[in-house]
Amino acid sequence: MPEQDISLNNPLDEASEGSLIRRVCSGEHAAFYELIRPYERRVYAAAFAITHNDADAEDVAQEAMLKAFKNLRQFRAESRFSTWLIQITVNEARMRRRKEHAHLVEPMVDSQDAEGNYVPRDFADWREIPSETLERKEIREKLAEALASLGEIYREVFVLRDMQHLSIEETAKALGISTASVKTRLLRARLMLRDLLAPGLGGAWSTRLNFAKGTKPW
Amino acid sequence: MVVNCERVWQEISNYLEGDIDENLRTAMDAHFARCNRCKSVLEGTRNVVQLYGDERMIDVPLGFSYRLQRRLEENAQPSRRGFLGWMVAATAAAMVVGGFEIARSSAFRRPDLRSQHAHPARGVPPEMMVVVSTAGKLFHASGCPFILDKTHVRTIAAREALNEGYAPCVRCMKKYLQADLDPGQATRS
Repeated sequence: MPEQDISLNNPLDEASEGSLIRRVCSGEHAAFYELIRPYERRVYAAAFAITHNDADAEDVAQEAMLKAFKNLRQFRAESRFSTWLIQITVNEARMRRRKEHAHLVEPMVDSQDAEGNYVPRDFADWREIPSETLERKEIREKLAEALASLGEIYREVFVLRDMQHLSIEETAKALGISTASVKTRLLRARLMLRDLLAPGLGGAWSTRLNFAKGTKPW
Repeated sequence: MVVNCERVWQEISNYLEGDIDENLRTAMDAHFARCNRCKSVLEGTRNVVQLYGDERMIDVPLGFSYRLQRRLEENAQPSRRGFLGWMVAATAAAMVVGGFEIARSSAFRRPDLRSQHAHPARGVPPEMMVVVSTAGKLFHASGCPFILDKTHVRTIAAREALNEGYAPCVRCMKKYLQADLDPGQATRS
């Protein structure tokens, strides 16, 4: 018996996903929760990146899952199910935001793409920050605050690409923008976050952190 | 190829993505070896990507999964084309409006509960009137001493309270929670 080709992109998962989708479409609704369960957190995070509010993000995530369920027959396997699901979430979150902020003048998306190149402001030396740092709630909150302070077009791209690990192409598809825009916004988002976090992670916050060897990790 | 600092900053993201050609990568590596400022930008940006990429940075509210399942149970009906679809939708809507039992008979599966405190209040009569407060997270029997803010309360049906995300008070709703966990026990008490 020939060996199964395992070099493909996680074929077992995709096959299982395809099988679950077929089961849901043939009336086995119970399979839908199995299908979306791995993506619950991603969907919530995508909704939060846009709505910027816990309650709205949860509602949007639920609505998006319901829409995915109701329109599952329209899903075409040329894109990944997760990308399709995130795309629905992004659209739902944007609709919610427009509805709730209709009285505000929404800035033109293109004009938010600042002209010229971004120049880093802080050149403090960072060494590798151990992931254990994230066990500290205060650090997670600081990171969340910094992310929240980014302009929306940068936050959306950063969340999908760097937090949800979608590819550049999937991020572009989910947001309905070009891959060139994704790359430009991603660069800015990363550099802005670095500038925002450098003073804290390099100094002020670290003085309150006690590490085993008594030395700062950066 | 020689690159200056500005060029390095504009390419730093692509560098981390591995999305640059070999000549540029070599030139940037050479630049990093002699420019501490750009090396600092590189290390900082890499840290940003690594920290935010950690699973712990996605913080989902407590009870999110449960509320999602309940919403699916209560609302999800597959779309159908034509008259049959409308009939299915209308029947489903009637079932949702008409009875709390839809949630129990739904095909969606819930995971086994780990604690009585996580109990979804299936034993609470759906039409029983309960009290909720704007600031609270629980619904109560009228007069329960554990109502969070008695100045801003509403009296609504239990099924409405559940739909709005309120959970049963484990003190005043105790008998219904126990009844659902052990129907025999409720009959005996």
